[in-house]
Amino acid sequence: MAAIFQGVGAAAALPSSPSYSFDSNKSVFSPRRSFSVRKGASFAVVRSDGTVNLNPKDRRAQLLISNAVATKADSAAASSSSKPGHELLLFEALLEGLEEEMERDPHVCVMGEDVGHYGGSYKVTKGLAKKFGDLRVLDTPIAENSFTGMGIGAAMTGLRPVVEGMNMGFLLLAFNQISNNCGMLHYTSGGQFTIPIVIRGPGGVGRQLGAEHSQRLESYFQSIPGIQMVACSTPYNAKGLMKAAIRSENPVILFEHVLLYNLKERIPDEDYICNLEEAEMVRPGEHVTILTYSRMRYHVMQAAKTLVNKGYDPEVIDIRSLKPFDLFTIGNSVKKTHRVLIVEECMRTGGIGASLTAAITENFNDYLDAPIMCLSSQDVPTPYAGTLEEVTVVQPAQIVTAVEQLCQ
Amino acid sequence: MALSYLRSSSSRSVNLLKPLSSSLPLRRPISTDTTPITVETSVPFTSHQCDAPSRSVETNPKELLTFFRDMALMRRMEIAADSLYKAKLIRGFCHLYDGQEAVAVGMEAAITKKDCIITAYRDHCTFIGRGGTLLEVFAELMGRQAGCSKGKGGSMHFYKKDSNFYGGHGIVGAQVPLGCGLAFAQKYSKDETVTFALYGDGAANQGQLFEALNISALWDLPAILVCENNHYGMGTAEWRAAKSPAYYKRGDYVPGLKVDGMDALAVKQACKFAKEHALKNGPIILEMDTYRYHGHSMSDPGSTYRTRDEISGVRQERDPIERIRKLILSHDLATEKELKDIEKEVRKEVDDTITQAKESPMPEPSKLFTNVYAKGLGVESFGADRKEVRATLP
Repeated sequence: MAAIFQGVGAAAALPSSPSYSFDSNKSVFSPRRSFSVRKGASFAVVRSDGTVNLNPKDRRAQLLISNAVATKADSAAASSSSKPGHELLLFEALLEGLEEEMERDPHVCVMGEDVGHYGGSYKVTKGLAKKFGDLRVLDTPIAENSFTGMGIGAAMTGLRPVVEGMNMGFLLLAFNQISNNCGMLHYTSGGQFTIPIVIRGPGGVGRQLGAEHSQRLESYFQSIPGIQMVACSTPYNAKGLMKAAIRSENPVILFEHVLLYNLKERIPDEDYICNLEEAEMVRPGEHVTILTYSRMRYHVMQAAKTLVNKGYDPEVIDIRSLKPFDLFTIGNSVKKTHRVLIVEECMRTGGIGASLTAAITENFNDYLDAPIMCLSSQDVPTPYAGTLEEVTVVQPAQIVTAVEQLCQ
Repeated sequence: MALSYLRSSSSRSVNLLKPLSSSLPLRRPISTDTTPITVETSVPFTSHQCDAPSRSVETNPKELLTFFRDMALMRRMEIAADSLYKAKLIRGFCHLYDGQEAVAVGMEAAITKKDCIITAYRDHCTFIGRGGTLLEVFAELMGRQAGCSKGKGGSMHFYKKDSNFYGGHGIVGAQVPLGCGLAFAQKYSKDETVTFALYGDGAANQGQLFEALNISALWDLPAILVCENNHYGMGTAEWRAAKSPAYYKRGDYVPGLKVDGMDALAVKQACKFAKEHALKNGPIILEMDTYRYHGHSMSDPGSTYRTRDEISGVRQERDPIERIRKLILSHDLATEKELKDIEKEVRKEVDDTITQAKESPMPEPSKLFTNVYAKGLGVESFGADRKEVRATLP
C-alpha cells in the first residue's frame, strides 16, 4: 500500500491545461467524468504508473483504461445523466469552496505567500487572482508573523481573510498573533470584536520532506482558547469545512494534509457546508471504535479491510473537529463498542490523541471495557530517509495489531 | 464629550463669578471662541524622505481650552490610578501615561473617530481621547462589570469599537501588524480613513514592525506608524537598545517625521500632515519625542535607570499641560483662577467616578465562559450527553 501512496504523491504534478479555464462560474471543473469513484479506494488504482491522459479536455489520469476510451467523447453528458454531482480532486474542492465564498461575500479575501499570481503552491488558489484582482487575492512577502497579524487586524474590522500558511509549520512564526490576538481578542475586548479569520494550510508528514516541513501544528495550537480547529480528509468535507470556516464568526484553523491534495471524489453540485463541530462516521461497526483524522483515516480504512477479513467489525470515526471534540458522536460510539483506539499523526506527547484520550476517559470511563489505545507518531523529528519516515508514522499493520490486542 | 464638559464648566464658572466680576460678559464667549490663533511649535520638525510641515499651527481658544481640560483629566486619572494601585484595588500590570498626554490629545485633534487608532498597553489616556468614559476606565482597571471590556481585559485591554479604538495589547510590537491590517481593511473598503499604529521605542526593534512596514509600503496602505519615544524601554535606555535611535529614519524608503511629543500643537500638525500623506502616498512614520514621569509600570519605581533630576527637569521645562497653560495665559484666553478651577473640577470628577466605579460589582462567575467564541454556525459546546449542556458559549 505504501507504493500507492507514493503514487499519490508523485502525481502532484498534474498537467495544467490552458483550456481548463476558471472564467465560467458554473462549470469550473469541466469536463465531468463518469467513473464511479469509491471513497478511499479511488486513488489506489492507476496513478503510480504515471500515465496521464494527454487529451486537453481530460486533465486527470484515467482510472481504468478500458473505460476511458469509450466515454472520453461524451464524458460531460454521460456523467450528468448517470450520477449526480461532479468529480474533482481535494485541492480543487478547496478551491471551489473558496471561490464560491468569495463570490458570495465581497468581504472574503485571501492572503498568503504565492497565492495570487503563482496560483498557490498546492494550487488551492489557482485562478483566483485573475478573477478577483490583486486587492482580494494578495501575495505577501515571506513574513508570516506580520501578515497573519494583518489578517487578524483586518478581521477585527469585519473583513473575512483567509490566511494561507504555505506549510503549517511556518505558522510557528505567527504563534503570538494566533494565540494572543486571534484567539483571545473576542474575550479580552468583552465581546466587542469578532475575528472571522480562516487560517489554513497543509501540514503533516509528507513524502520525505524533512523534519521542519513535516510538522503537526494541531498539537501546538490545541490549547489556545477561542479558536476552532478542523481537519479535512476528503474532497467532500474539504469543501464543506472551507465554506463553514469562512462563514463562521470565530477564528478557524483548517488543517489540510500535503499528501491528500490529489484525492478524487464525486461531490454534490449544490451548495453545502459541513458542521464545524461534528465528527464523521466513516464506517459503522460493533467491535471497536477507531478515532482518527486527516491522512490517518486512509491508513485506518486500509487496516479496516484487513480487519474485516479477519472477522472484526471496526467502527471508524473521522473526528474532523479537533477543537472542540465532538464528544456526542464519539460518546455514542464508545457506549456501543466499549473499546477505543485512537490513530493520529501527532506525536505521542501532547498531541490530539493525548487530549482525546483524556477527554474520553473523563467522560466515558464507565463505558470502557479496556484502556484506550492511542497510536501516534514517534516523538522524533521526522527523518528524511524513506524507511525511517515510514516507521515514524502509524502504519496499517500496526493498526491491525492494535485492534486485535484490544479485542482480546 | 470634551465639548459638553467645556460648556458645563463655562456655565459653572459663570455662576461662580457672576456676583463678583463685572467683566463677566467678556469671559463667556472664550470657551466657544473659534477665532484662529497661530502658534509656533517649540522646535521645527525634522523630516526623512519628505518635506516637513510648517512650524506654524493654526488653533483657536476653544481648542486650547479643550486641550487643557483633556490633558488635566488624563493627568489626574493616571495619578488616581497610581493611588488605587497602591491601595491594591488595581492589580497586575498598570502602565501610566502621565507626561505623554500631548500625544493622545494632539492626535485626536487632527483626525476623526472614523480613523483607527491602535496602541500597546499604555492605553488609558488614548482610550479617553477616543471617547471612552472615566467610569469605563476605572471600572475596567478594578475588574468590574462596568468596565469597557466587562472586567475581563484589564489595564492592557481597553477597546472601543464604535470609535475605532482597537486597543490595548500586551505583547510588545504585536499591535503594529494588526494596525497595518486595519489600514488594509480601510483601503479595501475605500473609506478614505487612516490608521495610527502606536508603539514605543522598545517595540521599534521588533522584526514584525519592519515586516508590516514593508507590506504596507508595497500595498500602499494608509498606515501611520507612530513611535512614542519616551527614551526608555522599561529599564533600558534607548541608546542601549537601539543602534540607531533615529526611529523616524528607520523606515528607510518610508518617509518619517520627528515631532516634539510634549507639544500638543506640534503633534496635531504632524498627525494632520501624516493623514494627508498616508491617504495619497502610503505609510509614514512619526516619532513623538515624549517622556513618562512614572516608571514603566507600577512595579517599576522609574528611578533606578534615570536620575530624579532628569525627571523633574523635564517636568519643569517640557510638561505638556504647563505649555498649554502658558499659551492660554499669554493669549489671555482665561485667567489663572479659571484654569485652576478647571483642574479642581477635573479632580472632583475623577474622585466621584472612582466612588461610582467601586460600587460596580465584579463579573458573575458564569461570565467566565462568555465571549470565548462568537455565536455563529451553532457553537454550543455540549458535554458527552447532548441533553446536558456543559457550557453555553454564547
